[in-house]
Amino acid sequence: MINRRLMAALAIVMLVGACSSAATTAPTVVPTEPPAATQAAVATPAATPVPETPAPTAAAPVTIEWWHISTTDPTKSLFQSIANAYTAAHPNVKINITILENEAFKTKLTTTMQSGGAVPDLFQSWGGGIMAAQADAGMLKDITADIAPWKDTVNPGALSIYAYKGVQYGVPWDMGMIGVWYNKALFAKAGIASPPATWDDFLAAVKKLEAAGIVPLAIAGKDKWPSMHLWTYLVLRMGGADVLQQMVQSGDWNTDACKAAGEQVLKLNALNPYQPGFKGATYDNEAAAVGNGKAAMEVMGQWAPVVQAADSTSKKGLGKDLGWFPFPAVTGGAGAPTDGVGGGNGIAVGKNAPPEALDFLKFFSSVTNATQINAQGIGLSPVVGTENAVTDANLQAVLAGRSKASFMQLYLDQATSPALGAAINDATIALFDGASTAAKVCQAISDAAASQ
Amino acid sequence: MSAASARPRAGFRVSRRWLTVVAFLLPALALYVLFVLFPIVQAAHYSLYKWNGLQPLTNFIGLKNYATAFNSDAFRTAVGNNALIIVLSLGLQIPFSLGLAVLLNRRFPGRAMFRLIFFLPYVLSEAIAGVVFTLLLQPGALIDSSLTGVGLGGLVHDWLGDTSFVMVTLFVIISWKYFGFHMILLLAGLQGIPHEIEEAALIDGAGPWQAFRYVSLPLLGPTLRVSVFLSMIGALQLFDMVWVMTGGGPLNASNTMAIAMFKAGFRNSQMGYGSALAVILFAFAFVLALAYLRFVLRRDVEGALTAYQG
Repeated sequence: MINRRLMAALAIVMLVGACSSAATTAPTVVPTEPPAATQAAVATPAATPVPETPAPTAAAPVTIEWWHISTTDPTKSLFQSIANAYTAAHPNVKINITILENEAFKTKLTTTMQSGGAVPDLFQSWGGGIMAAQADAGMLKDITADIAPWKDTVNPGALSIYAYKGVQYGVPWDMGMIGVWYNKALFAKAGIASPPATWDDFLAAVKKLEAAGIVPLAIAGKDKWPSMHLWTYLVLRMGGADVLQQMVQSGDWNTDACKAAGEQVLKLNALNPYQPGFKGATYDNEAAAVGNGKAAMEVMGQWAPVVQAADSTSKKGLGKDLGWFPFPAVTGGAGAPTDGVGGGNGIAVGKNAPPEALDFLKFFSSVTNATQINAQGIGLSPVVGTENAVTDANLQAVLAGRSKASFMQLYLDQATSPALGAAINDATIALFDGASTAAKVCQAISDAAASQ
Repeated sequence: MSAASARPRAGFRVSRRWLTVVAFLLPALALYVLFVLFPIVQAAHYSLYKWNGLQPLTNFIGLKNYATAFNSDAFRTAVGNNALIIVLSLGLQIPFSLGLAVLLNRRFPGRAMFRLIFFLPYVLSEAIAGVVFTLLLQPGALIDSSLTGVGLGGLVHDWLGDTSFVMVTLFVIISWKYFGFHMILLLAGLQGIPHEIEEAALIDGAGPWQAFRYVSLPLLGPTLRVSVFLSMIGALQLFDMVWVMTGGGPLNASNTMAIAMFKAGFRNSQMGYGSALAVILFAFAFVLALAYLRFVLRRDVEGALTAYQG
């Protein structure tokens, strides 16, 4: 008897498991495109001259290996079509695209570099500490001279993220700023007239949302980094650009600004503003909470609308109800309210990249192609002359924020070495989980920086 | 003359026999050295350096990585969690599997069905089971709403987000995944015990419990000891399920040694430190396996091993 009941229970669990995995919001993992692998097998090595073409004018066949992490459309298709357009104009060039999911990409790239494998000619990069380590290890190509003729067509601030010790190693195709994405309908329901301009207004808005029975803010305890950006903003608002830069460079985080920022997080915590289960939530869970209208706000970068839509049940996200405002000013803080935390996406150039790879990069960064990035809402291109292609009102606001910022701090977990970035994420999430204090966070980051 | 001529021949025969042995062993030995022994030595070597995996191996720091590991709260939690899973597996999961095996060893209609169903979770990939349970355990998802629906709303937890509860959640799911495997193992052991022995005990006046406790259980010893061994090694290597479900979080509450190692090496680019963690994990597994073989499994393998002990 016991057995039968147990069996029935297990059968239910298993059946339900199978159903729910299909019915719930699909995970964002998209398999790598199989054609990439098949092409690789056919590809002719770059250095080998082909005996069938005796004419010296015919260009030797070249293969460009390109790894990117845009697993979803429209980005995936756009990248493919830009590559197709280039190879159509240059029949001797073949571009092998390998699409990897974000985490898989990081692991695969690191492993390839560690094992002395073939570093891809072009690959996704965020600049900062990881790119610096790759450059130190001699995995990247110095492209300073190569891009000199056309570098002025790219926003210099964005370009500088892909330079290290005065040497350029990559080119950005997307540069944005983190801000607060909010649900206008929920704000209206809670009786919040205008987006909060100061931190006190922000806390007041959180209280109003709670009173209206709405989850005010979504964060992601498993992935950690979303709330780290919120904390970084508070440090920046408290201490200002110079103090934050000083902290990043010296590794001494035991500052008043750091502690004051932590105290503000504790103030926010006290309002219980996060979605249920936030401690175990991934960024996709967070985006789904906002995209499904279950939470009113998230502090996130310019990609937020795309991910919210992809992770929402309707696959459409909030649409017209989605709004954006810059991270609020903190009264009494030393930082300018226009300073930003930001970053974006770029393409780094591998050590053995052929000249054609750089020519393709130039083609990729042309106004025509870069305009598509803005027009399709994929990102915010730093290429000069593409600004007008941004039609979405929210992205226009992000772009305005980016151009107003006198200082832009690259995401802290990317500006620093991977180990220190992980330590910053670990320390800050403990604060948001209510398991740490403001001073402990500053101490933990300082300790991690000292052991680098 | 004949004796003298026979001797080199015998020598020749012996050396030829050795040649055969070596020739057959060499490929396996080469692979073993290349893919098992060499990486272990290499990891031990790397563990003495501070190394991000990309730079040349120059920053020798001695045993500092090991000191860092044992002073790290995250790693100590990991060791504790591995130990906890071992204890819980031996204390709950294996007795449960044993009970089921004994029940399913009886004759009753639908027995094969039950065996199949209990064994099914083991066939699933660990990653898939992890993803499915993560979805089921989301706040307000199926498990929460089912509990609330049958009036057990008080049992609802933040299954994967509560630092003090996450290991319980994970243990239940790991057990769900593996109890079927141990059950089949023990069932096979039970079926190897001749029915007459138990029958004889029953005729001699033993009750069913006594027959099980003093006849079947001791005869099941070898299987049980193997089951315990596999369970311990599995608990030490625990990675996939935890990585998929919690990534070792929240706040390192579900960290395991394998996860700490993976994070250090492949996420944080601390290859030296990661190697040190790998060596520590190896040492734990090695000592445990050796001690278990020496003190527990010895009686089972004695006949098989004496020839090699030389």
